[in-house]
Amino acid sequence: MTDVRLVDMTLRDGMHAVDHQFTPEEMADIAAALDAADMDVIEMSHGDGMGGSSINYGFSAGTTEEYLDAVAPEVNNAKLSVLLLPGIGTVEDLQLAVEKGADVCRIATHVTEADVSQEHFEYLEELGLEATGLLMLSHMASPEKVLEQAKLMESYGADYVYVMDSAGAMLPQDVTDRVSLLVEELDIGVGFHAHNNLGLGIGNTLAGIEAGAETVDGCLRGLGAGSGNAQMEVLVGVLKKAGYDVSPDFFGVMDAAEDVLLPMLTPETMPELDNDSLLLGYAGVYSSFLRHTRRVAEKYDLDPREILIELGELGVVGGQEDMITDVAARMAEQGGAKAEADD
Amino acid sequence: MALDAAIVGPGNIGTDLMYKILDRSDSINLQRMIGIFPVEESDGLQAAVEEGIPVGTEGIDSVREHADEFDIVFEATSAKVHASQAPVYEELGLFAVDLTPAAIGPYVVPVVNADDVIGEATNINMVTCGGQATIPIVHAVDRVADVEYAEIVATIASKSAGPGTRQNIDEFTQTTAAGIEEVGGADRGKAIIVLNPAEPPITMRDTVYTQVPDTADIDEIRDSVADIEAQVQDYVPGYEVTLEPAMKGQDEVGFDLGDTVIVTTMVEVEGEGQHLPPYAGNLDIMTSAALGAAERVAAQPAESSPIGRVADD
Repeated sequence: MTDVRLVDMTLRDGMHAVDHQFTPEEMADIAAALDAADMDVIEMSHGDGMGGSSINYGFSAGTTEEYLDAVAPEVNNAKLSVLLLPGIGTVEDLQLAVEKGADVCRIATHVTEADVSQEHFEYLEELGLEATGLLMLSHMASPEKVLEQAKLMESYGADYVYVMDSAGAMLPQDVTDRVSLLVEELDIGVGFHAHNNLGLGIGNTLAGIEAGAETVDGCLRGLGAGSGNAQMEVLVGVLKKAGYDVSPDFFGVMDAAEDVLLPMLTPETMPELDNDSLLLGYAGVYSSFLRHTRRVAEKYDLDPREILIELGELGVVGGQEDMITDVAARMAEQGGAKAEADD
Repeated sequence: MALDAAIVGPGNIGTDLMYKILDRSDSINLQRMIGIFPVEESDGLQAAVEEGIPVGTEGIDSVREHADEFDIVFEATSAKVHASQAPVYEELGLFAVDLTPAAIGPYVVPVVNADDVIGEATNINMVTCGGQATIPIVHAVDRVADVEYAEIVATIASKSAGPGTRQNIDEFTQTTAAGIEEVGGADRGKAIIVLNPAEPPITMRDTVYTQVPDTADIDEIRDSVADIEAQVQDYVPGYEVTLEPAMKGQDEVGFDLGDTVIVTTMVEVEGEGQHLPPYAGNLDIMTSAALGAAERVAAQPAESSPIGRVADD
């Protein structure tokens, strides 16, 4: 057994960066490269989980079924994982994933709303499937609150529970405080998921592991929502250098990133730590809002950063992508009224 | 014709409904509030006593005992309880307005299909809060521009989502999607629900996306939506369109739209604050819609009313 389990989400969180437009064939190629490189877990689905294909989050190029049919045959050594957000996807989506060969289901809720996941965990428990609970936007709750909600997921049958820094808003100490409390108080394994919006993707992941996280997430080339997640091939190198025993082959993940993934990306889909994504981390806004916000800002002729700051102040949570238009329309109206008054 | 009514289930929903009937209904006379606990253990029954409404504490047995006092029953218990009690209401000749997710009878959204369903069915279901808020909009768009696909995002304050909603969140999305198709008229429907824990609690808000042919006339859609907004406001005073229908084309989305466009409309529902706080528009719209539906039953001409009919000739 290795020291840390690595979950690659290039085909899931990475979907946000490409507006959920990976084709089933592209997914299969990336999954095959990751599997050959001995990745522990390969996660795939719409960026917002199964059932996420929608106007609100963006329709994906393929259906969950098409993606699973393409990817499952390529995954022989790694575990195949899918994501579900209760309120967006349903138990029926879990049924489909299980039929199609998923080994792990990760169930994500907002950090204070874990009790909406009970029926989904119970369904997975009945099937004897590995289940991981993800507490999104964990920066919005105190370590004690995160623990209370993690305990709910543990009681529903979760095998792991994650502190998710969905907005890339945490500083290393925030990670340490939450992960170490969970490690101390829970009987199940603890995980950590980073976004790089404050430039701390790798650093925070390392802080999480040092605080006792047994499983962490990343994406090849640092793909992912916002400025991206922890960059997987960098993470493998860093962990090896720090003396941790990890499964993936270092050159294998590097090749998957550079030879397989990179040709599928364009300058427009490759995330970078630019002003808008920095604002996500600073204002504490769900990372997948980035590309939607840019489109809406252009339509209403606004600065995306102004919209993100306002969304942060409103305490908007994951899934509320519709609020971007709501806020922008109001700002544009007020701006218009102001311009008229100035005349 | 005024109708006599009983509320079964004196919880938050039942209690709020009681105040709404007492406050503003000319055609529904509340005769009894029925629960399963002694009055001193039930806030809802105590509230009824304070309002001078007789109570029952034996659940379905109280319904049987007093059935000759009323014509219509509001079921504000749970899906499971309604499933077992619905046959009794039918046997007693009582019209049932079901506020639970049991959906034994057809879905009813008062402003859209009440007049089609009432007269046919004697048990009607109120879909979900998200359905009551969004199906009128889907219908308003569909009647002027064929809706191929409708998707709604309902956001409610965490504080207004009770344990029933939380343990059965799939039921919300599935039932609402079914209502969008069956009542709203969309070829395909999808529903998403988000709970937001912000303090102070946010007012219930819903976004309605409709995908329509790119030949659709936005002014016609806006007029149709404004029209239905006013009609909903007749029975849900706190209902408001906050974003008028706005069109989105291919260059504003990250996926292929073909020869369609997306029309986005947003609504907010503020409660009247009788029993529940104003932010809980999601609960308010259910009780308002149930009362609105019952009033439409009362307004039916006597000969076509399913209540007390003599024969099916």
